[in-house]
Amino acid sequence: VLIYTPALLFCCNSNELDVNLSRVFAGGCGKASLSSCSPKVCIVGSGPAGFYTAQHLIKVDIYERLPVPFGLVRFGVAPDHPEVKNVINTFTQTAKHSRCSFYGNVNVGKNVSITELQQAYHAVVLSYGAEGNRSMGVPGEDLAGVYSAKDFVGWYNGLPSCRELSPDLSCETAVILGQGNVALDVARILLSPIDILKKTDITQPTLEALAESQVRRVLIVGRRGPIQIACTIKELREMVNLPDTRPDMVAADFDGVKEALKDLPRPRKRLTELMLKTALEVPGEKEQERRSKASRTWGFRFFRSPVEVLAEPGHSRIAGIRLAINKLEGSGDGAQAVLTGEVEDVPCGLVVSSIGYKSLPIDPSVPFDSRKAIVPNTMGRVKQAAGLYCSGWLKTGPTGVIATTMNNSFDTARSILEDMDSGTLDMSAAKPGSQSISALLEKRGVKPVTFSDWEKIDNVEMKRGESRGKPREKLLTVEEMLHVAWT
Amino acid sequence: MAASAAVRSSMGLTLRLSRVIPDCSTCPLFRLKCNAKNVANLQRRGSFDSLRTINRHLQTSIGLYHSEEGSSNAEHPEDVVNVVYIDRSGQRIPVKAKVGDNVLYLAHKHGIDLEGACEASLACSTCHVYVSAAHFDKLQEPEEREDDMLDMAPMLQENSRLGCQIILTPELDGIELTLPKVTRNFYVDGHVPKPH
Repeated sequence: VLIYTPALLFCCNSNELDVNLSRVFAGGCGKASLSSCSPKVCIVGSGPAGFYTAQHLIKVDIYERLPVPFGLVRFGVAPDHPEVKNVINTFTQTAKHSRCSFYGNVNVGKNVSITELQQAYHAVVLSYGAEGNRSMGVPGEDLAGVYSAKDFVGWYNGLPSCRELSPDLSCETAVILGQGNVALDVARILLSPIDILKKTDITQPTLEALAESQVRRVLIVGRRGPIQIACTIKELREMVNLPDTRPDMVAADFDGVKEALKDLPRPRKRLTELMLKTALEVPGEKEQERRSKASRTWGFRFFRSPVEVLAEPGHSRIAGIRLAINKLEGSGDGAQAVLTGEVEDVPCGLVVSSIGYKSLPIDPSVPFDSRKAIVPNTMGRVKQAAGLYCSGWLKTGPTGVIATTMNNSFDTARSILEDMDSGTLDMSAAKPGSQSISALLEKRGVKPVTFSDWEKIDNVEMKRGESRGKPREKLLTVEEMLHVAWT
Repeated sequence: MAASAAVRSSMGLTLRLSRVIPDCSTCPLFRLKCNAKNVANLQRRGSFDSLRTINRHLQTSIGLYHSEEGSSNAEHPEDVVNVVYIDRSGQRIPVKAKVGDNVLYLAHKHGIDLEGACEASLACSTCHVYVSAAHFDKLQEPEEREDDMLDMAPMLQENSRLGCQIILTPELDGIELTLPKVTRNFYVDGHVPKPH
């Protein structure tokens, strides 16, 4: 998951904002006194998009479907990347601020509609991300042994809906389709020594499954070539340095790559250099010895697209995958993979499709672009829907790291503030905010989880982890979470 | 890291750091104006912060908690390192820091908009800054992990560094750190919209 961040923040100085601040309250409410017409804003989704948007708003309510906050920071970031999760500290500060209220266990779209939120709030921000995944669209995709990376990652990270995944790890070879950072995360979790993983917040059932795993070889497959690979250098380096593993690449895949190096921008160049070194360079004695002792292998396979998942004759389990062989037309980022007509069968017992997450529509009243799988918007303002905004992956599509989402969310917050200032956002009428929503939820028998309730869950998880030498032992079902929250 | 330095200098994109504000630091009137303005700015920034944004003010307190890294009550003149942050609107914010201060936490302490999502663990690029040319070479070479994260930062320049990795030394007196400014007309794929 990755890329370039349109880094940005406020480009106005404090003078301008001071003046604007007084205009927001005075202009928006006419003769009403300041206190009776405060802007009411709510955010749907408590991942990085939700929290970074909240950080720049004055008063805000955050609605989250699960009893626990933080979205993909908790359920997407790999267990062996704990520093990336440090951002939770910033989000916790935001949530505990008196001007922010967290309402977990509230399913927007089911327990309460967007229309009802819009009646209660001046502005509603959709930050619920991408919970679906792109499908390969090939026969055999539904065979046992084929998983989306979204589900696989959800499984090892304790997402309640993925608890029953129980992937069969009794095969020798696993094939991952896609070469982004999520694909590398999956490869790394499949091949990491258990001694490393057992000190992370990976779930206990996953740890047990991995301890029994027979997987010894992971192929990470991409449609195009080395220069188009979507992962970043940090993740590649982790694979190269993964203990007890050795790289297994096809030298011919790298023809012409060295010559193309000089024209590449720095990030692409460093990444490609590391790949070339790993694939082609004769290793020194020490590295040679390390590789010969390694019990597991990993490698990239380029210019390959899936065309069919093959079943064992007479069974509904996977036996292998048929890959079409491509050639590249054009070069650089814009190069296209074109079929050559040739195919190749790779025997394997596990296929993980890591070709992208996908947002889903939340409510028929919200415009949705099903081709791009995003909510159509301009600078975070939902098109043809006054008072509706979006941030994060729902706004721009499901790529980018936390920093990307941060900039994207600050951008949306700025649009909201601008609209309040300019009067584009109609704030002439006072709105009830969480008061009316809480009443609605109570009537419907839905009890929200507060942030302090989450802190009880947090403490239980950390305590359980302590006895195992892990930062936390995650609760794996919504029922357990609610039980802890409300006891 | 000679290799990375070589790569840096051969880098295709060489966006020169364009100073929108003329260098007034040589003018005696500048110091006078600067001190007066700075006090007013801090007061104004303080009040606007707590009203405007939820926890900008609280963010500052992160710096205080990391007082062993970020505190800068400079009592001894030899310890003082003068730093200027240039924020995203081009505003110059001079800061009196101390030898050993961390540039990220120093920024937080002074309410400067430098996010540090991963809390200085080289797992993000949100504390990306441009370092003044005169001081860039006085910094310790970045370790490989910093270069890896810098690769993810947009608008990477030859004088780019991660703020969380810069620890102030006496030679860095006068260092200027510019927060990358990107307008909303910037597209993720590098597309530059044509004016119409």
